[in-house]
Order: sequence, then structure tokens, then C-alpha cells
Amino acid sequence: MAQKTGKCTVMVKSESCKGCSLCIEFCKSGKLVLSDKLNKMGYRYAEPVEDTACTGCMICTSICPDLVIEVYDE
Amino acid sequence: MNKVFISGNHAFAEAAIRAGCSCYFGYPITPQNELGEYMANHLVNNGGVFLQSESETAAINMVIGASSTGARVMTSSSSPGISLKQEGISFLAGFELPAVIVNVMRGGPGLGNIAPAQGDYFQATRGGGHGDYRTPVLAPGSVQEIADLTFEAFSIADRYRTPVMILGDGMMGQMKEPVVFPDFVKDLPEKEWALKGRGTGKSRYMASLILDPLEMERHNWKLMRKYGEIEKNEVRYESFMTDDADIIVIAYGTAARIAKGAIKRARGDGIRAGLIRPITLWPFPKKVLLDFASHISRFIVFEMSTGQMLEDVQLAIAGKAEIAFHGRPGGVIPTPAEFARYIYRENQKLKK
Amino acid sequence: MKLKNDWPKYYKKDVVSHYCPGCGHGIVHRIVAELLEEMQVGERAICVNPAGCAVLAYLYFDIDMLESAHGRGTAMATGIKRARPDLFVFTYQGDGDLSAIGTAETIHSANRGEHITVIFINNAVYGMTGGQMAPTTLIGQETTTSPLGRNPALEGYPLHITDLVATFRGVIYAERVSLDGPAGVTRTKKAIRNAFQTQIDGLGYSIVEILSACPTNWKMSPVDSFSWIKNEMTREYTPGVLTDKRGDKK
Repeated sequence: MAQKTGKCTVMVKSESCKGCSLCIEFCKSGKLVLSDKLNKMGYRYAEPVEDTACTGCMICTSICPDLVIEVYDE
Repeated sequence: MNKVFISGNHAFAEAAIRAGCSCYFGYPITPQNELGEYMANHLVNNGGVFLQSESETAAINMVIGASSTGARVMTSSSSPGISLKQEGISFLAGFELPAVIVNVMRGGPGLGNIAPAQGDYFQATRGGGHGDYRTPVLAPGSVQEIADLTFEAFSIADRYRTPVMILGDGMMGQMKEPVVFPDFVKDLPEKEWALKGRGTGKSRYMASLILDPLEMERHNWKLMRKYGEIEKNEVRYESFMTDDADIIVIAYGTAARIAKGAIKRARGDGIRAGLIRPITLWPFPKKVLLDFASHISRFIVFEMSTGQMLEDVQLAIAGKAEIAFHGRPGGVIPTPAEFARYIYRENQKLKK
Repeated sequence: MKLKNDWPKYYKKDVVSHYCPGCGHGIVHRIVAELLEEMQVGERAICVNPAGCAVLAYLYFDIDMLESAHGRGTAMATGIKRARPDLFVFTYQGDGDLSAIGTAETIHSANRGEHITVIFINNAVYGMTGGQMAPTTLIGQETTTSPLGRNPALEGYPLHITDLVATFRGVIYAERVSLDGPAGVTRTKKAIRNAFQTQIDGLGYSIVEILSACPTNWKMSPVDSFSWIKNEMTREYTPGVLTDKRGDKK
């Protein structure tokens, strides 16, 4: 799932996400939230919020223990 | 090469160097210290690695590390130290890594003493550590055979990718005899399974953890098939004066040397005794004993223990003949005269 | 669109690890994989992984790996490095592995100044076995085997093994870092880079202790776990460079 805003695009591999929420906690832009849905492992996964800008700071990818976040330049 | 007059402990080391052993890790313990000391000089002079570890446990794990890279590796110890190595020996078996482990046995249990004994037979031949595995066990009966079997142990270890144990004792380690050593091995073949960094190829791992029981079972059966091959191909023993024998003595290592002296005495008095000396304790020479049991009614097992190989003889003969046992545990070295008296006594029973 | 964070070359593609949500292992694994690539040592690297939660690390690292018996990692690494000094050898160990059952191997490999690198994950509990007390457990910390909290009168004090080995002349680089947030990630990567470089430069032994989250056994959320590292663990285990003798060696 891709959510486009501002400078960068964040994608979360929702099926591999364990919902630890570290990315949500440390994202300065409030770009990520926990989904209401569950993935196949039974976790609520992180997902990007529409209409919120991503600065491309890469904090979410650096803190993610499961390498499930991808950040793309425009 | 000329004959050299050399101790058993030094012969273990020299033969290992000639077999291409490039790494030795060990911890001091009597009565095998001369082995490590020899390595500290001669292996290093030969471009190899000698490292005195902080414990036997550490030494066997260093062996695992070096063996995983494809090197020919040795460690040695004596009974209490071999107990400490058992964890690592189990891992070597699980990883299917070759290594040569020398046990210069002493009296036990516990610290026991530093005199020669054969009380570690069960530990050596039954695996010793945890899990379902076997270890080939070679039991030299002379310093020449120490040299020959140590050399051979490295080939067996590599051929079957298994730890191999050489079971000597304090007498074997300390005594000197003339020896002709095998020539230095040249150009050992590359081990394609070894870890050497993935390079540009695929990565590899060695793990003994197999969480899936079915997969673990497959690994166990694979190991057992390998042990079956070893049982088929590697059984070694010496027959001594058995052609016309009425009584067969079964003894290995130092006890076999004493038994030979006793048998010669008994023969001098007209008693037709002979000796089967297992050279491989695992795989055990079962078949030859079973064959003898078809026409010989009396076997004597002679050990410097309370009777451990005795059980393998019982299994081999499977109730087809009588088995007597004479043993001296605890580091006592029996004399040929003492054992000859035992043969006379058994011979008397035979006549009744 | 251009991907800003390429999948690390030495991390197996598209695996989902067995680690619990928020576990520090995943972050450290990724950092190590990135550094193996950035420092160009992945092709000649061998990692010795422990018994413990990281026992399955060979499913994630895409380099040659040897699994160790509990606590014996640095002895195995010694064997590898002595047999093949050209290889890049590091262990990856937890606090039970390295500072309880493997204390002798840890201390003596460090004292010999083996040319290996030790990645030491300190999460103050036994993780894989279900949260028992470790030598590193904090005073008062409740675990399944210290249910009333660690009592120094009965169970002794938290063991500072990295501080201990840092006093050895054979230990060239030792650092403790706190993996408690984005800045902690950066510091962890820098510390491991220094440790790896120590080995690459042929200087000797290096160790990095990482205070790392175990939310499951701490019975906290991952976010609370990160706060607990910052507020509690670092009070016992002060982060910082514990020894740096690289200048003396060069």
C-alpha cells in the first residue's frame, strides 16, 4: 500500500509487519499509524496516513526490527 | 624414514603432524602432557597452530571452529578432561565435522589417579555425549601402532566426516618404543563443504539445531547410515595364536600386551590359548568372535576395568559360549604372570 | 520513484524473522548486514551465532554461519580465526550465553586478544527460555526465576562483563551502546563499525555491548521497552566507549 504525500513515499509490507509500533512512536511527522485490520500473522500492522508529508528522514526504516518499511524519493 | 625411539605421547603428535594436522587445541592434564608440549614445538615449527586453551571445553570448541574451515584438527586429554569435551564431541557428530580426539586414559571415576586404566570404554564407544551418535574408536597396542592409527584416524575422520577417538592409556602414552613414522601427507583434497566465507557464491551454515522432529529424525537416520558404512568397512583386529586355540582371550591396548605375555607362558605349559585384540573398539569386531563361538567354548575378557568391553563381547557371542572376565580397575597394572594364572584356572574348568 | 533503503545484500530476502514484535535483534541484525556490505567484508565473513534467541540467525544473515553450543561462541571463533586468519570472524551472543555459561570463553578469548569481534546483546534476561534471571538482570527486576525481583543478597549484582574485559590489554575496542531509539540506532551502527574496523585493521579483539529490548519477557510494549532501556538499564550500564586502544596499536 502506497500513500503519496510531499517529498517521499512510504510503503509498509503489511504482511510482514508485527505491529510493534516503534516506527509510529519515533516518526516526527505522524506519517504512520496502526491499522485497524489484522494481517495473516494476526498483527495490526503499521500503515501510512494519507495527506501527511513524509520528510524522508529514514527514522522509521532504521528503527524497524523487521525490514518491512520502504521509503521512495519522488 | 629411520626408526626413532619415541614415547607414545610424542608419537601421537608426530604422526598427527605428518597426517597434515594443522591445528591443535588442548589443556594440560596428566598423563598426556607431552603430547601438547610436542605440538607447541613441532606443530608450530611446521607452520601449524598450537593453542593452549582455558579448558577442555574451550579446546573442543576451538576444534569445531577450525574443523568447520576444513582444517585437519586434533585435541587430546585424559579421562576427566575427555568428560568435559563430550558436549563438543556431540556437536562435532551433529555438524558432521571431522576431528581426532586422543584420550590417554587414567584411573577413575572422578579425578581418580594418573595411572593407566581402561575405564572410559563405555564413554568412548557409546558416543559419550548426548544424542544418538557413535564415534569410531581406535585402540593402539604399541607406540608403532599409535603412529599408524593416528595417521589413519585423520583419513577416517575426513572420509566419514566424523570425530574419531583414539583410546590409549597412561602406559601407552608414557612408554617409549622404536617407531617408523609414515611420510608427510602432501596435497590434501579441498573440502567443498567447509566454511570459508561465501565469496561470490551462496552462503552456507552449519547448525545442529533441527526443530522439526521429522527433519531431525531424517538427520539421525542419515547419521546411522553413515555409521552402518563405518561398521561395514572399518572393523580392525589382530589375531594372535588363535589357529589352534581352545581358549580365546579378548583384550585391547595395554591389557592386550599383558595378555600376550600370559598367553606365551600358558602356551609354554601346553595350554592352547590365543588372543583377539580389537583395534577398533567401535565398530567392534563382532563377526570374528561369533565365528570363533561356533567351535570354541571358552572366552576370557581381560580389561583394566571392572568389565566394560565385556558387554560388547557378550553381545557379539550372543550366549553361544562361556565368557569369563578378569579385570584390574583403578590404575593397577596386572602382570602377565597374574593373568597367566587366570588362564590356567579357566583351562582347568575346560577339562572338567 | 527511487527506493532510498535497499534491502541489505547480506540479509536474506523477504524473510519474516521469528523474533517477537519490537525485539532488538532485528534492528541489530540489519545494522550488521548493512555494515558487512558497506565495509566489504561479507564475502569473507563467518558469523558464529549462539544458542538463545539468535540461534536461528543463519536464516537471516546471508553469509557463512556456524552455530555454537551455549556459551562457546568465542572458542569456536578462535578456532576459525586461528585456522584461517584471512577470514572476518564475529560472534553474535546474548547475555546468558556470553556472561553466564560462556564466561570463561569470553574472558579468555578477550584476554588472548583474539582478532575477532563480539556483538553482545544485553537484554537483562534469558529470552528464548522464557524470561529467567540472567547475570545482567537489574537489581529488583522481576523475572520468572526472580519473581520478587533480583535480590543482591541472594542473587548477586548485575555483571558488567564488558567493563571487565575492557580492562584487558588484549581488548582493543569495547563500547556499550543503548538501543533505545533512533539516536541509539545510529550509535549502535557507529560502534559496530569501529569494532569491525578494528578487526579489518588487524589490531585485535573488539566487543560492542548493545542494551537491547526484550518486550515479551519484560512484559512491556515495544515502545515502553525502549523507554525502560533509556530510563532504567542505562543507569546500571552506562553507555560509552569503554576502551579504545586503536591509536596505541597503529
